[in-house]
Amino acid sequence: MDLNTLWFILIGVLFAGFFFLEGFDYGVGMLLPFLGKDDRTRRVLINTVGPHWDGNEVWLITAGGALFAAFPHWYATMFSGFYIAFVLVLLALIVRGVAFEFRSKLESPRWRGVWDWMLFAGSLLPSLLLPVALFNLLRGVPIDAKMTYQGSLITLLNLPALLWGLAGVLGFLFHGAIFLSLKTGGEIAAQARTTARRLWTPAFVVLLVALAAGVLTTDVTTRWPAALFLLPLLAVVALGISGLSLQKGHPSIAFVTVGITILLVVSSLFLGLYPRVMVSSLNPDWSLTIYTASSSTYTLRIMSYIALALVPVVLLYQAWSYWVFRQRLVRESSLEY
Amino acid sequence: MDTVTLARLQFGITTVYHFFFVPLTLGLPILVAIIETIYVRTGKEVYKRMTKFWGKLLLINFALGVVTGIVLEFQFGMNWSEYARFMGDIFGVPLATEALSSFFLESTFLGVWIFGWNKLPKALHAATMWLVALGSNLSGLWILIANSFMQQPVGYAIVDGRAQLTDFGALITNPNIITQYPHVLTSGVVTASFFIMGISAYHLLKRNDDREAFQRSFRIGAIAAIIGSVLVILVGHAQTQHIAQSQPMKLAALEALVRSEDPASFSLFSVVHQDESRVSELVAIRIPAVLSFLTYNRFSGEVKGIEDLQADYVARLGPDNYVPPVMLSYFTFRIMVGAGFLLALLAFIAVVLVWRGIFERAPLFLRVLIPAIGLPYIANTAGWLLTEMGRQPWIVYGLQKTKDAISPAVTPGMLVFSLLLFTLVYGGLMIADIYLLMRFARQGTTEHEQPESAALAY
Repeated sequence: MDLNTLWFILIGVLFAGFFFLEGFDYGVGMLLPFLGKDDRTRRVLINTVGPHWDGNEVWLITAGGALFAAFPHWYATMFSGFYIAFVLVLLALIVRGVAFEFRSKLESPRWRGVWDWMLFAGSLLPSLLLPVALFNLLRGVPIDAKMTYQGSLITLLNLPALLWGLAGVLGFLFHGAIFLSLKTGGEIAAQARTTARRLWTPAFVVLLVALAAGVLTTDVTTRWPAALFLLPLLAVVALGISGLSLQKGHPSIAFVTVGITILLVVSSLFLGLYPRVMVSSLNPDWSLTIYTASSSTYTLRIMSYIALALVPVVLLYQAWSYWVFRQRLVRESSLEY
Repeated sequence: MDTVTLARLQFGITTVYHFFFVPLTLGLPILVAIIETIYVRTGKEVYKRMTKFWGKLLLINFALGVVTGIVLEFQFGMNWSEYARFMGDIFGVPLATEALSSFFLESTFLGVWIFGWNKLPKALHAATMWLVALGSNLSGLWILIANSFMQQPVGYAIVDGRAQLTDFGALITNPNIITQYPHVLTSGVVTASFFIMGISAYHLLKRNDDREAFQRSFRIGAIAAIIGSVLVILVGHAQTQHIAQSQPMKLAALEALVRSEDPASFSLFSVVHQDESRVSELVAIRIPAVLSFLTYNRFSGEVKGIEDLQADYVARLGPDNYVPPVMLSYFTFRIMVGAGFLLALLAFIAVVLVWRGIFERAPLFLRVLIPAIGLPYIANTAGWLLTEMGRQPWIVYGLQKTKDAISPAVTPGMLVFSLLLFTLVYGGLMIADIYLLMRFARQGTTEHEQPESAALAY
């Protein structure tokens, strides 16, 4: 395997890790208005992700940095091309991050209400727009011979991509509800369990439709060997098992299987792309690939050493931070946010 | 306005805004970590109250530093795609390393620190703040390694019209970083120490009930202030001498030196008229030979002027305007240096008063220290404007011009849209941030728990 392929896989892993970790953070943010009946409950919900949301978000920042380092043309074409979508995502991440820190600093209900709304919108927008953007990489967007994007925001908002966005929103809502049922106790946990059960059906149906639309409207039908179609199928199966485990009262299995679903969906997307990173809808020759979009072999080698040295350490201390805050939160817990 | 101007305006606004929060994020974790370590070693409750008080202000500031930094990570691709293509092979390396080595570190351990007060042993809790300090200062190192390449490209080759990394060792030991990083690091310490002294002064004047906490904070702040402000000047001087070698045009602009001189004079006050590359002196009060001394440590030696440098560039690289905005470079340099010396003077007085144990009996000086919290911010902002504007017309010195770096896919309309949104949202957040900072700074060390959780307070 060459370094270009290795970095393509690493970026896939970073996105999958990001969606798995920040997915439930976004879910919690989106569930806030629905599960948070009173201020104390809302604080409990926010505090379940309190120690972790920032570290989770760094997975996305790192994916961005890794894109820049390993595939500068991918980074340049995607971020300048999907401009308005990323402006909205960035604004969402900005207000969301500040909301965590500022919300409970003052007691005024109006102050808290504004930040709760920011948390909700700031979680909803990236859940919707990031899957839309990523699916369009595979579906194909107008990229010219100079690797410049020629479309607009509307180009991105096609039906299959929007289905992916909706699947993201519903999937993260489901993921977040399971997370809450694991991280809270008492009445809040019971409510989260009920909500998770209710969310499963729409999440399952939309994912099924989105994956089917994804397969049928892209060129994987002609490119993929039959065996690869098992991946999206297994993703759906995993989400099915997740729903069943929830019914049977095993939320931790449900949580892990959602993780597997996310991993399989991201893998399907990246295997659909490979060896391309952005498909050009104007001319297949103008698609960006892991070879035409990449940095030099020297840079890829340096980056590989750096990643090899740092990633295991990062994984260790992030896992440790989850271990430190493994306790369930209840209304009576002491809260920081 | 054209795309280049709009994109530059947006980069300027988002970056200056980001750097408004960064220096405190660099300096304050170090001081909070020191205070918490003293708490662990002595067990005195007053240090715990101090840690919590300064820690809370740190968090309010930190949040904005983090979120405004996200924009920068993606902005190079969004607004400057041709820069990203030209430089990705090099610039992406420190940027990705920054995320892997620093962002994870600071965000994870800050989370542990905030929520870990009664979950971790005391020493381990203090250690997490040291890791936050390490993370934020490592982050500064990597991003300045990236910036240093833009100031002084090293360890690269141009292959097929793109800059390619050929020597990673050279990239991270760029001569520019040797002075630039310590300058930013020490300016962070100065910002944090005056923040601590100013707020402590406020409470000492108010005769707050927790006097001891602010007396001790003031002493720590004064010591950090004198160390930081002396070092920032020494390193800044070395940095300017380095700029004389690496970017002579920037030096000529910040001195408003129109013609080459040997020995070169130092400007006391200058006004020039600039029309693109044509610069003429309107007012020039200069002291002979002092600029040569500042540059070469002796009263002779030629310093090139703007006219000659422009002519050199045209001869080497073809006709264009190679002169940065002269008046802006000139005044931002003087504002930065002036603020720096004023801060050193205040730090010196503070240390003398602390040494003699009479700082509480100097109400006038304490009152001066409160607005002085703003001085480092002025110096920091002026310094960055000089660094980036003084490099113009280059985005990467000598290799790529700013006007060639812009995203062709982005229209002026899109830039206006994003510029308006960023400015509005940033403006609102700035108001909320300053409001919270002032409120909690005034509140003092007493914790105000909400009634509902009062029973659970640790």
